[in-house]
Amino acid sequence: MATIIEPTIFELSSPGRRGVKMPASDVPEMALPPKEFLRSELPLPELAEVDVVRHYMSLSKMNYSVDSGFYPLGSCTMKYNPKINEDTCRLPGFLFTHPLQPIETVQGNLALMFEMQEWLKEISGFAGVTLQPAAGAHGEFTGVLMMAAYHKLRGDTKRTKMLIPDAAHGTNPASVGMLGMQVVTIPSDARGNVDLRALESACDDTVAGMMLTNPNTLGMFDENIEKVVALVKDCGALMYGDGANLNALLGIVRPGDLGFDVMHFNLHKTFSVPHGGGGPGSGPVGVSQRLVDFLPSPLVGILEESEGDMAPLYGFVTPKNTIGRMKAFHGHFGGGLVRSYTYIAMHGPDGLKDISQYAVLNANYLQARLRDTYKIPFDRICMHEFVMEGKFEGSDVRALDISKRLMDFNFHPPTNYFPLIVSEALMIEPTETENKDTLDRFADALIKIAEEAKTQPDLLHNAPITTKFGRMDEVKAARELVLCCWLPENYEQMA
Amino acid sequence: MNTPSNLKYTQSDEWFDPATGAVGITDYAQGQLSDIVFVEILVDEGEEVTVGKAIASVESVKASSEIYAPAAGKVSAVNKDLSNAPESINTDPYGAAWMIKIEGGTTSDAMDAAAYEKYCEGRTH
Amino acid sequence: MTYIPISPAERDAMLKTVGVKSLDDLFEAVPARHRFPKLDLPPALTEMEAAAHLGEMAASNENVRQDLISFLGAGAYNHYVPSVVDHILRRGEFYTAYTPYQPEISQGTLQAIFEYQSLMASLTGMEVSNASHYDGATATAEAVNLAYAQFRGKRKKIVMSPSVHPQYRQVIRTYTQAMGLEEAGDDSARHEDGPEALISLFDENTMIVIVQYPDFFGRIYDLAQVINAAHEKGALVCVVANPTALLMLKSPGDMGADIVVGEAQPFGIPLWYGGPYLGFFTTRKSYVHKMAGRLVGETVDVRGNRSYVLTLTAREQHIKRERATSNICTNQGLLALGCSVYMSVLGKQGLQEVANLCYQKAHYAAAELSKIKSFGLCHPEPFFHEFVLCTPKPASEVNQYLLDHGVLGGYDLGADYPDMQNHLLVAVTEMNSKEEIDTLVELLKEM
Repeated sequence: MATIIEPTIFELSSPGRRGVKMPASDVPEMALPPKEFLRSELPLPELAEVDVVRHYMSLSKMNYSVDSGFYPLGSCTMKYNPKINEDTCRLPGFLFTHPLQPIETVQGNLALMFEMQEWLKEISGFAGVTLQPAAGAHGEFTGVLMMAAYHKLRGDTKRTKMLIPDAAHGTNPASVGMLGMQVVTIPSDARGNVDLRALESACDDTVAGMMLTNPNTLGMFDENIEKVVALVKDCGALMYGDGANLNALLGIVRPGDLGFDVMHFNLHKTFSVPHGGGGPGSGPVGVSQRLVDFLPSPLVGILEESEGDMAPLYGFVTPKNTIGRMKAFHGHFGGGLVRSYTYIAMHGPDGLKDISQYAVLNANYLQARLRDTYKIPFDRICMHEFVMEGKFEGSDVRALDISKRLMDFNFHPPTNYFPLIVSEALMIEPTETENKDTLDRFADALIKIAEEAKTQPDLLHNAPITTKFGRMDEVKAARELVLCCWLPENYEQMA
Repeated sequence: MNTPSNLKYTQSDEWFDPATGAVGITDYAQGQLSDIVFVEILVDEGEEVTVGKAIASVESVKASSEIYAPAAGKVSAVNKDLSNAPESINTDPYGAAWMIKIEGGTTSDAMDAAAYEKYCEGRTH
Repeated sequence: MTYIPISPAERDAMLKTVGVKSLDDLFEAVPARHRFPKLDLPPALTEMEAAAHLGEMAASNENVRQDLISFLGAGAYNHYVPSVVDHILRRGEFYTAYTPYQPEISQGTLQAIFEYQSLMASLTGMEVSNASHYDGATATAEAVNLAYAQFRGKRKKIVMSPSVHPQYRQVIRTYTQAMGLEEAGDDSARHEDGPEALISLFDENTMIVIVQYPDFFGRIYDLAQVINAAHEKGALVCVVANPTALLMLKSPGDMGADIVVGEAQPFGIPLWYGGPYLGFFTTRKSYVHKMAGRLVGETVDVRGNRSYVLTLTAREQHIKRERATSNICTNQGLLALGCSVYMSVLGKQGLQEVANLCYQKAHYAAAELSKIKSFGLCHPEPFFHEFVLCTPKPASEVNQYLLDHGVLGGYDLGADYPDMQNHLLVAVTEMNSKEEIDTLVELLKEM
């Protein structure tokens, strides 16, 4: 039998125990529906309030988080999440407004959304923005749907291919796959740029577009970006920007100015929405002039211009050739837009530029400190992140071992095994919200681990050692597929 | 590495038994994929397949791979038990873990066992 | 420099280590003519100023706790959230963690998701749940993706009831617009029909049948017959369910559903002007490999501790890329946690009390409203906490009149169903006191 560190909420249940009670009914007793409509049992846990609090407190202590330490997870932008955002997003006026209320009663929400659209347009250089997508991948899907709709409306039906660099996030090809389009992989060159010759030979009138992350997942700003965009556009295709790495570009360059047609924002990366253990995110999408009519419906617009002291009347508008609705209601308003709005309002144009400059400084500083110890396959000035190889000549230590050993130094590991084009990749993104001392301690730890890899490799193979849990048996999890627990009394019927 | 001499092999690591028409993935391939947890046969009995058509999809803990027809012909049998025991691809890749049978299947440029072994040695994964 | 913890001296030392003179020198790869654009944004606010500014914006709304009496539902419901829920959600260990890719230091999130999966499976009467989707609408669209993958694209027909939430049907159409599917059943003029009316549309090409329970109009049906008929044709059945209703009503799993999805916002998530919410997705174990989204499974660590990991990850986009069922890579982690805390701290009895209060108050409201001259219930079927009121004037006019008196009357169905101009969808929850219901009744009597 495995040792149980913290029982499940089902195991903690005891029949008859009570948590929060609801008030007695204040209306005359009404007849229930006929018995055949009612459920005979409700197999849910029964606990007291204090049981619940202790349980979740003890779970919380098993988590590593940005609030507890350095979290240099490449491509994820694990920056500090300001506490004021947690207060603003819980203001009663935001918390308790229903999405279907008449617009006259929610002008504050609509004004915030309208300004947010305008701000994201200004930051990115795009002509239109939708706030509806719920996450980055959802924004990507939105973008690809718009690209397909654009070609379709023009009768340009033979454009069925999407060009995607080999370093791309898996969501890019997966988004394309959801439309049944064909993925054409474009290699990277020796400096980590898109291979221009390969791109040139792939561009023809069957290409719908290219999806490019810039800076790319190696942390490199493409040195030929204008040529890449020109090649794609010259063949009549559209240029998609994966905004995952926008934290390097605020006030540095606007993707719209570079000629991109569409890009999703990750408000949970760039604009400090907390990651929440895997969500909710928020993935607005910006588009160039030629795609504005295809944006999802509805957008927030001004229905009546302001007059004198009167504020404008905000409401919803439907783009002419909209691809339709991407989710119910209006996007991740409270948890996403209000937090990001607060964050942008507190930065202003200069503060936003600071974010990217220091994010890039921190990454380059770490890269400089580690360059002599770890191989950096694409070694030049990086943007907000860089990729190094987690392996050493003549050693069987792998990137995974280095990652696990970092936990013993109380750091969260970098992203490993991505991008796929670097062997034993360790992808490090420090963000701008770390001080020099933390970066130095992290670099020192990695240098020490490199030494340990030579002198005591088993220490790394067995890491982590100091954490509450050790490495997991992932094969057992996938083969036995225990995906739920039940109340103890229900085990026989469910098993 | 186990490479039975009566079978033919492809560069994408499928094996084909010219005597029975059976198709599966090689010992080398199962080792690369590691612990296999899911397999789905993508063709039905009676279907015509061409060389290179995706006939199955396998997923391990860390990877996913499509399996392609090493021969052309009509699918005469599908191993329906395999989906309940995907781990047999790891333990018995040439036996219990056959995936489909291709009746009268013809192969074009499949390798023999010796050539396949050499091919695997030359690969750095 | 709002949240940047680096002093000028430290900055200069770091620049020296990097080997550049200034921060601007780090950006030479960026085309010079586009480098460092001047952004036309308002100047930065301090925290104190931002708090005041956001406070004003929020206060300019009329909300359903302090300003308005609300009978508005239609997919988002005003429920009480016990205090414990937000206290747990404000733990930085939960909300500032990432997706639990490193299980050794993410057991809190992983066990919480595992428990969420268990709670939703128990509630819906199904065998497995994923770690959640963006919302109820996108969870329903992912059910279509599952069915498409399950039949490997060989079946191409969706049969969808017109009494599925209109926005959910719109989202499905958006998601599937490039898949070349055939749609049947989704005819807004047929809104009076019960689910059995769909049966004649089932055939060997049907991959999925989608019905809502209670339906968009609040009606409750026994779905066993429609589910059996779909299964006879080999099709899957997806039931879009309201979780509060499932606390009282027979579960879709009990009726034979293959997939149960829905919006779990009623379970501890604020109205928040529409999001973020929580799409739940439960199904049978045999479909788990085709299900999109994150999944947590139980295992042990090397020290013999029971523990949890993300499992079957090879189904997902980062490995399967263009062959994945969906491009999804997040769940609504924090809100799934909120949902679990809500269910735990109310517990079985507290939850049953919530459901009962919703039912009792809705039925009291319905009984009183239908006594008003020229008003009446539009449907004879049983309902849970939402029902359609037939109004003597267009519902839009009724709503405007009520709003003038500080009441949100309900959802104007004429917006989605052209022949339902005089139909108002009224939702009642435990938050509506008898006094509020009586106010609504009195106002309509006087209209």
